[in-house]
Amino acid sequence: MSVKPNLSPKKNPMPSQPPEVRAHNFLEVATGYDEATAVDEALRCLHCKNMPCVSGCPVNVEIPAFIEKVKEGDFEGAYQIISRTSSLPAVCGRVCPQETQCEAKCVRGIKGEPVGIGHLERFVADWHNLHSDQPVERPAPNGHQVAVVGSGPAGLTCAGDLAKKGYAVTVFEALHTAGGVLVYGIPEFRLPKEIVRKEVENLSALGVDVQTNMVVGKTLTVDELFEMGFEAVFIGSGAGLPNFMGIPGESLKGVYSANEFLTRSNLMKAYEEHPVTPIRKGGRVAVVGGGNVAMDAARTALRLGAEKVYIVYRRSMEELPARREEVEHAEEEGIEFRLLNNPVEVLGYENPSDRRDPKNGCVTGLKCIRMELGEPDERGRRRPVPVPGSEFVLDVDTVVIAIGTSPNPLIKSTTEGLSVNPRGGIIVEEATGATTREGVFAGGDAVTGAATVISAMGAGKVAAKAIGEFLSK
Amino acid sequence: MYRIVSKTPLNPTVTRMEIEAPFVARKAKPGQFIILRVDENGERIPLTVAGCDREAGTVEIIFQVVGATTELLNRKQAGESIQDFVGPLGVPSKLDGLKNVCIVGGGVGCAIALPLARALHEAGAKVTSVIGFRSKDLLILEDDFRAVSDRLFVMTDDGSYGEKGNVCVPLNDLFAQGETFDEIIAIGPLIMMKFVVEAARPTGIPCTVSMNPIMIDGTGMCGGCRLTLHRDGKPVTKFACVDGPDFNGYEVDFDEAMSRGTMYREFEQEARERVCNLYRTQG
Repeated sequence: MSVKPNLSPKKNPMPSQPPEVRAHNFLEVATGYDEATAVDEALRCLHCKNMPCVSGCPVNVEIPAFIEKVKEGDFEGAYQIISRTSSLPAVCGRVCPQETQCEAKCVRGIKGEPVGIGHLERFVADWHNLHSDQPVERPAPNGHQVAVVGSGPAGLTCAGDLAKKGYAVTVFEALHTAGGVLVYGIPEFRLPKEIVRKEVENLSALGVDVQTNMVVGKTLTVDELFEMGFEAVFIGSGAGLPNFMGIPGESLKGVYSANEFLTRSNLMKAYEEHPVTPIRKGGRVAVVGGGNVAMDAARTALRLGAEKVYIVYRRSMEELPARREEVEHAEEEGIEFRLLNNPVEVLGYENPSDRRDPKNGCVTGLKCIRMELGEPDERGRRRPVPVPGSEFVLDVDTVVIAIGTSPNPLIKSTTEGLSVNPRGGIIVEEATGATTREGVFAGGDAVTGAATVISAMGAGKVAAKAIGEFLSK
Repeated sequence: MYRIVSKTPLNPTVTRMEIEAPFVARKAKPGQFIILRVDENGERIPLTVAGCDREAGTVEIIFQVVGATTELLNRKQAGESIQDFVGPLGVPSKLDGLKNVCIVGGGVGCAIALPLARALHEAGAKVTSVIGFRSKDLLILEDDFRAVSDRLFVMTDDGSYGEKGNVCVPLNDLFAQGETFDEIIAIGPLIMMKFVVEAARPTGIPCTVSMNPIMIDGTGMCGGCRLTLHRDGKPVTKFACVDGPDFNGYEVDFDEAMSRGTMYREFEQEARERVCNLYRTQG
């Protein structure tokens, strides 16, 4: 069959809720391609022989092959191809930074826009979740048991890949719901929790046993996992402890870490009308930081009813690390970027004549200083330097600090023979994820510090392969 | 799900429960805490472990009904189950080598102070216990404390039982008599711990306090439980869930902790009223 390729230089745009509407609800921003649009977009793929896109994908999804199936209208077939290499297609299609990975390598991107690989992946996964009742085939058990610590993207990928090979996998999750950062960190409007639940369900159908309320390092140690009969352990425990700036006023009422703010809203559903877990709603909010987490926090604050939300970032837009798409969404929704601004103090209310005044200790403003870009630092980014005497106060009553995290010490401190780097990340052999302790593998933010969902998935995949080799020795 | 094995009211607002949680029971040590959710979509609340039976696989918690979640928990009966129960979290209290200790408990804090007194008593230490309550109706665990203490001082704010006054009254008397201890361990309301620390400060006796701030995950992730220590004149941020809950009382910024503790007071009152109304309308 010969079908005419679609030579349009532009991607089919992702249909989205209008900014003025979505800024006030927690429904997903992007609403997804329909079947006709998906086929039309698939027709833009030129099926290059050397498949540069595949090499741009950390889990090497067979992109041209699945797109071919979309062209044919065989959406389930497309899903089967993606799921050969990716355990979480509906998640990846939404949160992967395709613009720096597969799509960055797309030949169509040289003269125009690359093929909308991410949009197509999302379409295929959603189509499968909506239409397919094809029962999952459980592979025959191979008699080996593996423990996976953490049910975030690294852990779920590792568990899925091992389960597909017949390993009996148990995932230990510290929180009450599986999904890790996919449920506590990434907001509903970017990744509906129902999708995460469905992906976890797909893994359970493969035979993966997910145990919640299990804090490895506390409830159980890595040594005890081996005593229980697990032959290998994968640690995907995530990034951990939030960093603070170390400026005065960070303990005032109304100052949150992004982890706390997002966990309250996402995991604990504080955005509901009568939530059981409280969160500050409304008011004027400053989010400090320029990463994806900062964008998520700012857009969450807006949806919680804030009248004004600022992103406060000490460098310029050029250095801002968040995905372009997230920045654009945030700007469209009315979030104001205060670039080259650095906080120096959180200001609080104090009523000297009434120590019992409930407003005492509440945030009243964020004192910042203007910055200018100086010489490049060791990573080549121009270092921001304060402009003397340029302090000013941003009128806010809530401050969310989104400047990164440090690895959690719980597992390291209870596991003999596990080495960590000076920043606290677990040291692994890059090609295998093997740690300094035999039979223990690790990947994701616990190794690298805060990074992306897909890089964690890539690490989970690498480790699953290495665990397979380790156990068949 | 985690089954409630037994439920005993200790006074009109304080309840003791034993919960079946074998993984927690196997490991829990005095000073550590658990986090529970009563039902699906419930709030996560931390409670310090009051004791455990490793063989039966049960963990004892003692809680005061103060908010929506404790209200819901208190409406559960023995034989019913709660949704989530995770732990043991935090660092166990350091009791090794202590020979002569003063334990100070205030209100429901006595529930957490008791296992420490018991552990020290069983290790052969001399235990002086001072327990304080607002009034006689709120008294709990007097006999349990008497059984593990060499000396026991029972105080009530209104003098309706024991001696009248707060826990600092007997402490100051003991200090005035030149009495000394290897350590003072104070567990109770923040204001009580602050005053115990101030009373002890001139003596230089090490003074440990147990902090119980607002927290969500309990594993270090959210940072909501952070508190400030003043160490060598410099402020240091610590997380109660992973660095505590025990801290050197002389370093803790109690005023800040008290202020942070009030952050959601209004919300908490409303949430509790909603729960009570719900049960009222259901008869």
